[in-house]
Amino acid sequence: MTETLLITVSARPETSSEFWLHLLLFGLGIIIVLLTSVMLFIWLERRLIGRFQLRPGPNRAGPFGLLQPLADVIKVLTKEDIIPNRADKIIFWVAPVVSLAPVILILAVVPIADSVLLADLNIGVLYVIAISSIVSLGVFMAGWASYNKYSMISAMRSVAQLVSYEMPLILSMAGVVILAGSLSLNDIVKAQSIPFIILQPAGFFVFFIASLAEINRTPFDLLEAESELVAGYNIEYSGMKFATFYLAEYCEAVVFSALAATLFFGGWQGPWLPPIIWLLLKTVLVFSFIVWIRATLPRLRIDQVMNFAWKFLLPLAILNLLITGLSVSLWPEAPLWITGIASLVLLVVYVLFWSKFFKPGGKTVAV
Amino acid sequence: MVFKTEPFILNLGPIHPSTHGVFRMRVVVDGEVITDIEPVFGYLHRGIEKLAENKTYKQIIPLTDRMDYVAAMNNNLAYAITVEKLAGIEVPERAEYIRVIMSELQRIVSHLIGIGSFFNDMGTFFTPFVYMFTGKEKITDLLEMVSGQRLLHNYMRFGGVSGDLPPEFLPALRKFLREMPPEIDMYDRLLKENEIVLARSKNVGILTREMAINASASGPVLRASGVKRDMRKADPYSVYDRFDFDVPVACNGDCYDRYQVRIEEMRQSIRIIEQAAAGIPEGEVINPVPLRFQPPAGEVYGFIEGSKGELGFHIVSDGSARPYRLHVRAPSLINLTALKNMLTGWKVADVMVIFGSIDICLGEVDR
Repeated sequence: MTETLLITVSARPETSSEFWLHLLLFGLGIIIVLLTSVMLFIWLERRLIGRFQLRPGPNRAGPFGLLQPLADVIKVLTKEDIIPNRADKIIFWVAPVVSLAPVILILAVVPIADSVLLADLNIGVLYVIAISSIVSLGVFMAGWASYNKYSMISAMRSVAQLVSYEMPLILSMAGVVILAGSLSLNDIVKAQSIPFIILQPAGFFVFFIASLAEINRTPFDLLEAESELVAGYNIEYSGMKFATFYLAEYCEAVVFSALAATLFFGGWQGPWLPPIIWLLLKTVLVFSFIVWIRATLPRLRIDQVMNFAWKFLLPLAILNLLITGLSVSLWPEAPLWITGIASLVLLVVYVLFWSKFFKPGGKTVAV
Repeated sequence: MVFKTEPFILNLGPIHPSTHGVFRMRVVVDGEVITDIEPVFGYLHRGIEKLAENKTYKQIIPLTDRMDYVAAMNNNLAYAITVEKLAGIEVPERAEYIRVIMSELQRIVSHLIGIGSFFNDMGTFFTPFVYMFTGKEKITDLLEMVSGQRLLHNYMRFGGVSGDLPPEFLPALRKFLREMPPEIDMYDRLLKENEIVLARSKNVGILTREMAINASASGPVLRASGVKRDMRKADPYSVYDRFDFDVPVACNGDCYDRYQVRIEEMRQSIRIIEQAAAGIPEGEVINPVPLRFQPPAGEVYGFIEGSKGELGFHIVSDGSARPYRLHVRAPSLINLTALKNMLTGWKVADVMVIFGSIDICLGEVDR
């Protein structure tokens, strides 16, 4: 029923009123579905991490602990809302919203079935890049306005890290755009008769690592590095404002998983099951992989993170773009698998070469 | 254009997720680089040394439990050995073997926790910590079997131990000895070649040989810096001269070497326990001292190779039932003296890694 409703709403709007109805219903739908599904994803992450750590994970509230996120929400809502005395009050208030809103906005261009999306922008990928950059602004505002040294360091790190990783992220998406011949995410999905992860392994590799950095996940979770900065930029936040940050963080993880599924795993495409289920399955798959990494790896240091972005990811992304571009422009009638193999060879050779000649270790600074 | 910047003071601790208790460091930071550091102790000071002056010798044994609470057996042992030295008490053979087994089990516990929290400081999300705790739990069960306590054992007595091994202990110990070596190998295999671990700990926080000797460091910290000094070999106490084991030494003195030395020491401890369990004689476990125990007047220094370094007790006796003065040579505190040299020039994130690699226990630092 939901599906028919969605398709009705998303049918090409003829009149102005239909257009507004479409925007309203679909927009509300996205917000409600995302914010509730995030609770499920939080539950999934906690259960998975529990299993990785040889323990059951939350299993008391509700069946399989499914109500645990709900209990957390109730807890966090009843907390006292504290604003530090010397904080910059307005920015302090605005920051959580600034970091949550763009994350939700990204979903506007992610198709959940053929042509079923809030807005089929013909510049979809560009829109995603532009909107996702705003998140770092929210983080910086929070860190700056809190008037706290830890959050200040975190804010500085966020700017350095998020801006650096935007470059490889954009370049890795460009490979997909070249193959699909369109910036619209709907067209990109439709172009994936073979999922782009097979044609663009190097591109996916760069995209995945860069998006880990974008969503502040291990091993790039320097912004909220627990062992050094206690909680990072949201150290002074409590109550609903903290919950908003928490929500933003998980929404971002879910949204980037959905993006990875859309760009590289064929989005809603798949046999037998309805398209939205396929998208959800692929999103859960990518998200679980992120959780796996979080449960496994230690954290990098800030200089290593920057080195990694500029000396490893960026050249790889550029080379991948070069190979893709050349194969498409010089030999357009070539079978697609040649691009895939070229990209895979590039990835393997590059990683081997880099790990042999470059170590991300650091040196001490003379004081 | 040259920006005018100024260093700022960051207070790490006393309440901080990775100071292993209530340790405080006033760190002067220039951007992310540490330029100066001043450790501040004393938040956990309970006056154990002063309290001891008002207690009889026997009453002090539970106090020593509370110093290095992850290695309570070792504290008991060091104190018991010192008093035995003072009063010239003979210890039965079986008790000596039991003491060696307990001390080595406790060393494994301490190293497991040390390594686990070291990786926590490095930024892993508790996974190595939880894995280490599975091994630690097995040993805790064994220690509970003999002493009835899981954390603060209070097991050693002057002239022996408080009770004989229960009949189920030795079979359980043999089972443990079969299970533990593969487990240690697994931990090592999982951790030692991780690229991020290498990047974060290799050549980080170097303590040179000279500096280590000047700072009077001991234990794994000293041996990682290339000094082959282990009190079990250098000046054997108890029955350690009967066992065949190696003293692992590393040469660089960085965080990674300290980790490696600890892993290797656990393997050697297993070797010692195997030999002790095979050769344990029958007989008495305690050579009882009179109820009103009054050692002769005099001064004595007794020591053992504790899990964190040379743990020594200096007792001045005036011939009464209470010590005139009791001083503890706490390895955790003394290993910390080189902290400033090790930290200067590194980044904020390295503070916790280096600090964690020293493996202190705040209960012992502040006493």
